[in-house]
Amino acid sequence: MATRVLGISALAAITAATAVALFVVPADLNQGEAQRIMYLHVAAAWLAYLSFGVTAAASAWWLITRGQRADAVALAGAEVGVLCTAATIWAGMMWGRPVWGTFWQWEDPRLTTTAILLASYVGYLLIRRLTDDPVRRATRGAVIGIVAAINIPIVHFSVVWWRGLHQGPTFVSPDTILNPPAPGQFVATLLLMLGAFSLAWLWLVITRYRLARLEWAAEDRARRGRLVPLATAPEAGS
Amino acid sequence: MSDLWRQMAVARAIATKDLRAEVRGRQAVTTTLFLAAVTLLVFGFALGPDRARLAEAGPGLLWLAVVLSGVLALGRLHQSETEDGAFEVLATYPVSRAAIYAGKAAGGVAAMLALGAVVIPLTVILYGVDIGPALPGLVVILALGAVGLAAVGTLYAGLTVRLRAREVLLPLLLLPVVAPLLLAAVSATTAVLAGDPLRELAAWLQLLAGYDVAMLLAGGLTYGLALEE
Repeated sequence: MATRVLGISALAAITAATAVALFVVPADLNQGEAQRIMYLHVAAAWLAYLSFGVTAAASAWWLITRGQRADAVALAGAEVGVLCTAATIWAGMMWGRPVWGTFWQWEDPRLTTTAILLASYVGYLLIRRLTDDPVRRATRGAVIGIVAAINIPIVHFSVVWWRGLHQGPTFVSPDTILNPPAPGQFVATLLLMLGAFSLAWLWLVITRYRLARLEWAAEDRARRGRLVPLATAPEAGS
Repeated sequence: MSDLWRQMAVARAIATKDLRAEVRGRQAVTTTLFLAAVTLLVFGFALGPDRARLAEAGPGLLWLAVVLSGVLALGRLHQSETEDGAFEVLATYPVSRAAIYAGKAAGGVAAMLALGAVVIPLTVILYGVDIGPALPGLVVILALGAVGLAAVGTLYAGLTVRLRAREVLLPLLLLPVVAPLLLAAVSATTAVLAGDPLRELAAWLQLLAGYDVAMLLAGGLTYGLALEE
């Protein structure tokens, strides 16, 4: 029940925040209407990083306790994180084309790091799907979740240096939008969007966590023969 | 102290076993040496016959050839362990998991160095890259890159070796993780070939060394989990 209330509030909050971002706040003078993408982009990016932080912590928790709850949290974090990362990159590209003049900016450390992050956790989800054994699945996932998290700061550093050691790019950093001189309206709208997205994130993670627990309980029953798995059910008419 | 020596002896025994199997024709690494050579040849076709362009792309292609064939070599070094349940026997030995990891990783480092020894001269021959006085620097970069690749590659190969889709899955998991290594190694190689005009070589070598340490620690701590399954 509480989760349902959370889900409905998240939906209402996102609708309200989107309406504010699209119709109430004026667009940025320099960037034009494209700047409105920033609200979605920044909110999704923040939650993507949060998700993978949750996955890394839950992975360590699994390795210590071997509790199924920890693994379910890790899986929920990774799946929601991949969704948020994909949304971040997509929104960033839609913004980058009109503002930077290009979809992809190789020397931008955040963009490159986020792309590596997406690739790493897609791999995480793929390797999980290849095993039915719950312990192996969780352990392999946990090691990969932790190594990917260790790797991210190194990727970020390397791209920052890469940029610094080459000639610096001349585009305006997205940071400047959020700097103190940015009008209060922009910041307020962004915070509203962040709050709305965080509610939706929480709902998604909780729902995915429950689904994972239910799935595994069903797998477990199937293994113990109390439930006939679909794959081995006798065919109709035979 | 004697414990550390014993662990090193275990690691050495495992690495020696892998290399001996290689020398006696198990062909886990030898075939990938030829693959690296063919890759360099095909890169040449993809980029066209312009000598200046090939020389400019040389450092990137060199490392791409090492990484792509290196991933395959590391996978195959583990695959031989799955035959006749060798991996299971290895897991029952009363020795530290970190020592087993160190042994497998050391074998991997040797394989990566062999790849470099093939790829670097071929880059000189095929792309007209002028090495000259940069050779000692290149050897240092290759050594650091080989350790990093083998460190994380050995861990991931251990995790995926029992999966049927391992041939696809290992590169898919590994390539994003070795991205910073690739970036640093290519930048360092470019710098050292140009005589390091911007004084950036030291920074890249530090990054490579830091990556090596981080991945060796991660591997030493978690490789045992792959064995105990």
